[in-house]
Amino acid sequence: MCLGIPGQVVEIEDTDKMLGVVEVSGVRRVTNLTCIVDEDHPIESCLGEWVLVHVGFAMSRIDPAEAARTLALLEELGEVQAELEAMRNATTEGESTR
Amino acid sequence: MKYVDEFRDPAVGRKLTDQIARLTEAYMKREKRTRPLKLMEVCGGHTHAIFKFGLDEVLPDAIELVHGPGCPVCVLPVGRVDDAIYIATQPNVIFTTFGDALRVPGSKLSLLQAKAQGADIRTVYSPVDALAIARENPERDVVFFGLGFETTVPSTALTVKQAKAEGVDNFFLFSNHITIVPTIKAILDSPDLQLDGFLGPGHVTMIIGMRPYQFICDTYQKPFVVSGFEPLDVLQSIVMVLHQLDERRCAVENQYRRLVRDDGNPVALEAVTDVFQLRPFFEWRGLGSIDHSGLELKEAYAAFDAEKKYAIPALSIADPKACQCGEVLKGKLKPWECKVFGTACTPETPIGSCMVSSEGACAAYYNHGRLTTLRRPTTGREATT
Amino acid sequence: MKDHEHPLFVRVEKWRRRAGRVRDDVVVAAHGGGGKAMRDLIDDLVVRELGEAVQVDEDQARFEVSKLAQDGDRLAFTTDGYVVSPILFPGGDIGRLAVNGTVNDLAVSGAKPHYLSCGLILEEGLPIAELRRVMKSMAEACAEAGVSIVTGDTKVVPRGAADKIFITTAGVGIIPAGIEVGAQRIRSDDVILINGYLGDHGAAILAARGELRLETDIPSDCAPLNGLVEALLAEVDVHAMRDVTRGGLAACLNELALSSEVGMVVEERALPVRREVAGFCEILGLDPVHLANEGKLVVAVPAAQAERALEVMRAHRYGEQAAIVARCRAEPPGVVTLNTGFGSERILDMLVGEQLPRIC
Repeated sequence: MCLGIPGQVVEIEDTDKMLGVVEVSGVRRVTNLTCIVDEDHPIESCLGEWVLVHVGFAMSRIDPAEAARTLALLEELGEVQAELEAMRNATTEGESTR
Repeated sequence: MKYVDEFRDPAVGRKLTDQIARLTEAYMKREKRTRPLKLMEVCGGHTHAIFKFGLDEVLPDAIELVHGPGCPVCVLPVGRVDDAIYIATQPNVIFTTFGDALRVPGSKLSLLQAKAQGADIRTVYSPVDALAIARENPERDVVFFGLGFETTVPSTALTVKQAKAEGVDNFFLFSNHITIVPTIKAILDSPDLQLDGFLGPGHVTMIIGMRPYQFICDTYQKPFVVSGFEPLDVLQSIVMVLHQLDERRCAVENQYRRLVRDDGNPVALEAVTDVFQLRPFFEWRGLGSIDHSGLELKEAYAAFDAEKKYAIPALSIADPKACQCGEVLKGKLKPWECKVFGTACTPETPIGSCMVSSEGACAAYYNHGRLTTLRRPTTGREATT
Repeated sequence: MKDHEHPLFVRVEKWRRRAGRVRDDVVVAAHGGGGKAMRDLIDDLVVRELGEAVQVDEDQARFEVSKLAQDGDRLAFTTDGYVVSPILFPGGDIGRLAVNGTVNDLAVSGAKPHYLSCGLILEEGLPIAELRRVMKSMAEACAEAGVSIVTGDTKVVPRGAADKIFITTAGVGIIPAGIEVGAQRIRSDDVILINGYLGDHGAAILAARGELRLETDIPSDCAPLNGLVEALLAEVDVHAMRDVTRGGLAACLNELALSSEVGMVVEERALPVRREVAGFCEILGLDPVHLANEGKLVVAVPAAQAERALEVMRAHRYGEQAAIVARCRAEPPGVVTLNTGFGSERILDMLVGEQLPRIC
């Protein structure tokens, strides 16, 4: 449901109509920015932002810090995994030599 | 592609599946449970990712994914497709729709077939493109087929507002917008369904926020993890559900933090409540009528309402008898357990809508999952008893 | 004839035999009516623009069989219709497509393409300038592929009965003795290669239609493949070859798998996809494996020769992005699967119809 794709706002086209150009991997589309603009985030602040595009509308800004945190968590998981593997292997070896 | 590729890294994916296997095994052992854990991915986007990346195949047998109702095309009832075709075949109408809806069977025709018979039906990517067609064709009536859950509703709302502001008087909306929460509740109330947890719809939640799901934990004691749509998102969300089960707690948690804020998107919600109101009830394919699950235009926007402009037949048409889409949508049946799956009902000749959309559980199984099904010695139903 | 009439007669006759010129801005019914207007159109737009590519004198082309037989021992013969909309798009137009499509259909049999026919169906109102551009590009495509148009036909239909211009080309080529390519030669340990990016043509056309209001400069991959095929056949024992067109790689591999009754595993992560096409597909929910191509072919070769085949392809201008995309196997026969990289495989089937953009 609701295909959404990350893209970068590369141009503000019309501040009254809240239109900007969003680029997804070299493909550009005029996109409505209304949903990501409020008092704290004026339209000018959209330029350069990564957003989620759905049916020609930017629906939310992507939080780079949160994205990095999620990825770090996944990386960490890999390390924990490796330790666990090592522990498990050590135990099995211990068992087999016993 | 930034924010996409890094969440599709198969090496990390394998670590996650290992962890899922370990957590599941430990949990099943401790709980002395043999019946598989049933997790529902609410959203068709998850179903699509699960099959596209073959995630169902790498999960342990003790986890069974139930493909939920979050595919707006799959739950579109036959009667509404007929209504759409009725509107599309009225004189002077340009009927605009997302590509998804074109192949959904009505009682006699699909929109694609109606197009072949001469109706002016055009595929659009965005509701604003439908509005542009209305501007470019002032002498024609341009109807937009509004489809989708809360993710898509703000875009339609803003488009209708824009039409009003610009005074475009030949643009109309045929609203079939629906809301997910009442439907999850209906599924939870279904007596013969045992779910152990949910993967929540990331993009819907990006709009409506985390709070509407709290009742799932409070009343039904089910873990609910709002999940992104890349394979690592889905796998991590499963890990998060397993942690909750393991720790015997349940909470609404957010895996998709890079996009989902607790409060959702207030600007988008404001536009929606400005333009739309809940219908008393709305019919879903396979699930029947669900209270407060559909959206219609408010009185202030009645001039844009296609249902007011056209005398649509608005018949409630029963799903084809042989079709068990409802059971599949509720997770009671696996797609291949349906009597007509893969024989009378295929993507070429779909009987039910779950076979139409690539997000539909049946089409996903048919297109991608036959390998798994063929390899399994028993059907899912036998395995659960 | 009176004396004073003779110079006049000569002058008129000379004028009458001059190659005709089209003075209209758009195609009109008379251009297909069999009279002088039609002759003018053919003289001006077909004969003049096609130049050396065209060799039409009579209503039928005539070949010396013995001369053709010097190149090989079998005739390859194919036909195809071209109805693309829009007729002009980035990377080509319907004329270039009509030549290359038929050239490629011949080339993948191992044949050296020689002669083409050209049937034009023109819609009244088609701007002459657009027709001229299409004919010019047919001439260029013929020159590049080394083929000539030896017979043709032109019809004009009323407005609405066609979409600007439809072209049918048939083609004749000669298969050299000893060349045997066909699905039945595919072995269960063969390797499958493709000569470059997937889906460029499909994405270019969808974008060029403008309905989706996406801006991109993805060019169609429309190209003649006979040169590449010739280079491959000289170096590698090619078991089978197919051009990848509508239905994309998925349809093409499924056809090959079904006719050879071998299985195939595609490595999803090895598939060459242009960055813009990947983005285009993500936005619209499309899959590049189902998108159309017009300058791509897949070849099945013995595993031992796969690297050599890759080198040959990459050395050619239409194979720079070539890649090994799939491996054959005995089981399950006739089924194409795709290795997702996540430790699982899924079925890769052909689609029922055209791939439709989706939002969910």
